[in-house]
Amino acid sequence: MSLLEVRALSKRFGGLQAVSDLSLSMAEGEVLGLIGPNGAGKTTAFSLFSGFLAPDSGEIEFRGRSLVGLRPHQICHLGLTRTFQIVRPFPHLSVLENVRVGAFARTASSQTAAARARQVLHEVGLEAKADVPAGELTLAERKRLELARALATEPVLLLLDEVMAGLSAAETERIVELIRGINARGVSLLLIEHVMRAVMNLSHRIAVLNYGQLIAEGTPAQVANDPRVIEAYLGEEYAGTAPG
Amino acid sequence: MLLALLVLLALPQFLGSYLLTVFIFIFFYAYLGQAWNLLGGYGGQISLGHAAFVGIGAYTSTYLAMTYQLSPWIGMLIGGAAAACLGAVIGYLGFRFGLRGFYFILLTVAFGEICRLVVSHVDALGGALGLFITFSGDPWQFQFSDNRYYYYVALGLMLISMGIAALIERSRMGAYLAAIREDEDASEALGVNAFGTKLAAIVLSAFLTGVGGTFYANYLFSLQPNTAFGIPLSVEIILRPIVGGSGTLMGPVLGSFILSPLAEVSRTYFARGGLSGVHLIVYGSLLIAVVLFFPRGAYPYLRGVFRRLPRRGAPPPFRHLPPGVARAKPAPERPRDP
Repeated sequence: MSLLEVRALSKRFGGLQAVSDLSLSMAEGEVLGLIGPNGAGKTTAFSLFSGFLAPDSGEIEFRGRSLVGLRPHQICHLGLTRTFQIVRPFPHLSVLENVRVGAFARTASSQTAAARARQVLHEVGLEAKADVPAGELTLAERKRLELARALATEPVLLLLDEVMAGLSAAETERIVELIRGINARGVSLLLIEHVMRAVMNLSHRIAVLNYGQLIAEGTPAQVANDPRVIEAYLGEEYAGTAPG
Repeated sequence: MLLALLVLLALPQFLGSYLLTVFIFIFFYAYLGQAWNLLGGYGGQISLGHAAFVGIGAYTSTYLAMTYQLSPWIGMLIGGAAAACLGAVIGYLGFRFGLRGFYFILLTVAFGEICRLVVSHVDALGGALGLFITFSGDPWQFQFSDNRYYYYVALGLMLISMGIAALIERSRMGAYLAAIREDEDASEALGVNAFGTKLAAIVLSAFLTGVGGTFYANYLFSLQPNTAFGIPLSVEIILRPIVGGSGTLMGPVLGSFILSPLAEVSRTYFARGGLSGVHLIVYGSLLIAVVLFFPRGAYPYLRGVFRRLPRRGAPPPFRHLPPGVARAKPAPERPRDP
């Protein structure tokens, strides 16, 4: 049984077909990169998977269970957690309190939740900021906080929406290591990412979206050399010049 | 904390009846403010219709006492339950259909006004004239010939509401309410059932406010739809937590200790000078000042002052930079715990 099974998923906003007949499958433990030009429908796909949007048609199955019609908090309790592209910390709560909200998904006890939150903060390297209001963090720290909150919900599948955007090379390197560590613990990952080196490095497989449609799927090497992908990114005239 | 409690317990022995009244109003409005705070302060769901819960609680227990001789001590709980039912209806409609911010406020105002108009037209409830409670001095009927008993009942209500708020603040529900207030969508992504949490908060808040209605009726001995359900009462309830610091345990209490005496003093002072109504201007000016200078309320401001005090001698970091730049810089990392 695959972990995530998406079949013929479609979503339209007025005249815009944001996601069109999308089918995807993920295995347990896999890292799948979801790439494509801006406006290709990647974030819409995330919102559909995580219950923030309802699909017009199609099916989403997670560990054999249909997610269509479930609320985001129910999907989170099933083990699928998303992060947001534009990070959304709770600005007036401390970093620890932010992460504790996620930890409460698995326990009703404040002590257990706080202990779990501290553990996650240690893991992402934010424990020194535990008592700082989240609104005072730098962008790189906010990205790690976003990751920490999602991790605290103890997901089976983590949907990361551009956690590296806007980070320096050194910060990107650290977050790549962090994500690799998360996957090594058995958490499956679905990444939306524009930082190509990172996504090529991390992903076992890559799926490419363009105009809401899946145009290519395969290993990083296969996808990088696919003329349809190069065309989508660079335009038609470069498609023929791709290296073998 | 314990000292303050002992002082409040001993206080009635030394107060005249006028000051006693002032304290009763301080406690009572702190209680109502704390009930509102559970939903509006911690959860950020602003209700401007909480008078409806006071009115329903007050009318329920008073009607049951007048018609069936039921003790208001029992009617209090029934009134609270009736208010909780109304809270559930408002919450279900508002939260199921995703009304946020101003739209939720308008919904609560509308429900408050509907209640006021309906009660004004029901003859069994005294219509627009309202209900008048005849004084019997029977404690079982929630009537005391000595004002000091009202003092202790009001104090008890305030302490109960503080206990409930303290419990919620430390629980998962408190964390969830704060998360919803800060960013509802992000909270849902982290497994927070925003609808269920908000619904629980409004039901609890309405219940406590409805219980307060019985005190309101039996302290004032009369009930009119325009005062018991009116927007002015809703505003009085919401002002305490806002001035004192909404979403904090001490906010509604501090706000009540600031506002209730102020309202009382300015009312008597200006009325004596033949300037009745001026107290409202003073009151309004104070509110504007609070919103301008302490936008998060007096309590968070004072807490911040006390936290900064010990470090006063140390030079502020980044003194050579303009304040905006200094704030944008991340604070120097503290050494990590081993």
